[in-house]
Amino acid sequence: MTTNPFDADRPPERRRRRHDDGSPDTGKRRRDESLMVPDVRFDSYYGRHIVKPAPWEKEVAAYLFLGGIAAGSALLGAGGRARGLPALQRAGRIGAVAGAALGGAALAKDLGKPSRALNMMRTVKLTSPMSVGSWILTAFGSFTGAALAIELGRPMLERRSRASGSGAVALLSTAMKLADGPATVGSAFFAPPLAAYTAVLLADTATPTWHESYRELPFVFVSSANLAASGLALVTVPARENGPARKLAAVSAIAELVAFERMQDQLGPTLSEPLRTGKAGRLLKASRALTIGGALGAVALGGNRVTAALSGAALMAASVCTRFGVFEAGMVSAIDPKYTVEPQRERLEKRRAAGVVDDSITTAR
Amino acid sequence: MGFWRNQLSGPTDPAADAAWDRPEPRKGFFTDTSICIGCKACEVACKEWNGVPEDGLDLLNQSYDNTGALGASTWRHVAFVEQTTDRIEQARESGRKLVSLGMPSVRSRDDTALAGGGGTATATLTAPGDLVPGAAGGPGPIDAALPAVRWLMASDVCKHCTHAACLDVCPTGALFRTEFGTVVVQDDVCNGCGYCVAACPFGVIERRSGHEGHEKGAQSHGISIKGSGGSGGSGGSGGSEGTGAAGHQGGGSHQNAPSHAETNGEVKNVGIAQKCTLCYDRLGAGQTPACAQACPTTSIKFGDLDEMRATARARVAQLHELGYPEARLYGVDENDGVGGTGSTFLLLDEPEVYGLPPDPRVTTADLPDMFRKAGYAGLTMLGMAAAAFVGRRR
Repeated sequence: MTTNPFDADRPPERRRRRHDDGSPDTGKRRRDESLMVPDVRFDSYYGRHIVKPAPWEKEVAAYLFLGGIAAGSALLGAGGRARGLPALQRAGRIGAVAGAALGGAALAKDLGKPSRALNMMRTVKLTSPMSVGSWILTAFGSFTGAALAIELGRPMLERRSRASGSGAVALLSTAMKLADGPATVGSAFFAPPLAAYTAVLLADTATPTWHESYRELPFVFVSSANLAASGLALVTVPARENGPARKLAAVSAIAELVAFERMQDQLGPTLSEPLRTGKAGRLLKASRALTIGGALGAVALGGNRVTAALSGAALMAASVCTRFGVFEAGMVSAIDPKYTVEPQRERLEKRRAAGVVDDSITTAR
Repeated sequence: MGFWRNQLSGPTDPAADAAWDRPEPRKGFFTDTSICIGCKACEVACKEWNGVPEDGLDLLNQSYDNTGALGASTWRHVAFVEQTTDRIEQARESGRKLVSLGMPSVRSRDDTALAGGGGTATATLTAPGDLVPGAAGGPGPIDAALPAVRWLMASDVCKHCTHAACLDVCPTGALFRTEFGTVVVQDDVCNGCGYCVAACPFGVIERRSGHEGHEKGAQSHGISIKGSGGSGGSGGSGGSEGTGAAGHQGGGSHQNAPSHAETNGEVKNVGIAQKCTLCYDRLGAGQTPACAQACPTTSIKFGDLDEMRATARARVAQLHELGYPEARLYGVDENDGVGGTGSTFLLLDEPEVYGLPPDPRVTTADLPDMFRKAGYAGLTMLGMAAAAFVGRRR
């Protein structure tokens, strides 16, 4: 066995533990029993990750929440206008603009070169959910901004035109009145894309848990957006106008719980593990509890201003937990090579077993 | 529709798809790891030519690897794996399995002449040359003797995929497809959104950090593994351990001291995504990329991609003939998940042993379906909101 004189100085070799099939031990020192862990099913390069985690910080997770609450609020604001609920309308419009503005700022801050944030507007690129999303956010911001400007500007202008009788001010006020409808429709039109594209944003990566959840994640995210917006409305709107918010809370709570369960099932035991364990697992567990508690509170006790606000806060917190939980789970799935290698091996073997042998990146010829 | 079909997946000519009028022949690498000696001349030459900053001189306790992985400041990375006999035997076994895959001998002998079913698949893989007789059955060559120890050394690099996820998802257009079919970042356009980093199925591209960026984390080796793979993934570190004398890596975590780049003020392109350009500047002048030029053993070969693939196929057939069934190719097949890679490799074990994904798939291949699902979700959201306003007021 010895091939050169220095081999005698080698440290004792470790035995591969994959081969614990009772093959006779050749007298080499065995591994410390306390270090034994269950058989591993995959190899890796020193445990390093294969895909890189997104270099995104908490700002992006916060944006997932802020964009969602903005989108849901825009819908509530539009609904409030359609049904003549002025407080809901105003709260919705303020929530939409504030969410979009804070979210946009969070995104810009997370860039490697924030000074080049406007480079996002260089091009329209359909293969990049981030490009598509930037344009959605821009359009949404414009419409909701206009709606809020009208909301706040018109009463002021009307007061002044009545006082001074100036024609120009009256004309501006009329123009605002006319623009109110289109601005509302526009903000409602861009709200669902704003809430849904963030799911595609995460799914269109090599991050295993994000990518493989692409079928259900949009449903989780839009439900979470509605949930957060109804929560905000429950906090800000008086009880006589919070009927729609209460209903929305109930509907979207059920939708989110169902979609999330389905997502976990579809991911399978390996890829859903990051959603169930660790920090992400705790966040998502908290999210579920807050969702159920908040929705029940909103439905049962929403008539009271205080309990309605408490339920609303719980619902917003639930949405925050969902977003940060999913974000964190993706990071974990990228960092541990297990989540990259095992599912890929599995699907490769499955294809090979089915007789498809021409689409592997590894070939013998 | 024909034009669109191969834009996101499948075999295609990327330069033509990128609307180059007169594309050059597609260029690529063939990295033959069986003759790599681990000298790291490629790493050094790359840094010298491209002005890539230093990113750490740490000992990683990973055999002779001290750069860890590909990253923003490591565009060529030489991997070192130490293996003992049983591990080599395993590699041979998986290689033999790969050789026999789809071979007519596995099924009925009668199918051989027919081009039906799996037979077609094999046909597309087989080079037109002389490879068939050796591989197609018979007892085959006698395996070379198993050594007691072997060192796998492999110089990894950006794959320059046919369907490059990084390029697809880049929102600014900073990443582009060159006339040589390669993928290059324009560092004056990139705004550091980091989307390409998450999208790359090989974990190649990375955002460079340093004192200008807001990432304060360690940048060298591209990696700061948090909490050694999470609580659920303690098995993650185990796979590497069998590589023998290299020693256990303590969960694979290697926390770097504050980035070296941070201490010298001359780091350029901080906060910007960086990766191998396949020496775009040198290519334009008809030169060989720095790494291939510097490689003393011709382990790194550079040329027209067709030529590289043919060389790769001839080499793997030769190794099989010599009794090394563990030899296999990585990235030469156009039908794989990324449409074939511009950088092809000859490996001597499973790809994951080298830190390569076993079945990568460009994430944007599923993008139409993702947008469709998101569309349904958006309608659902609208429906939920509408339902909330239906009915009696209050």
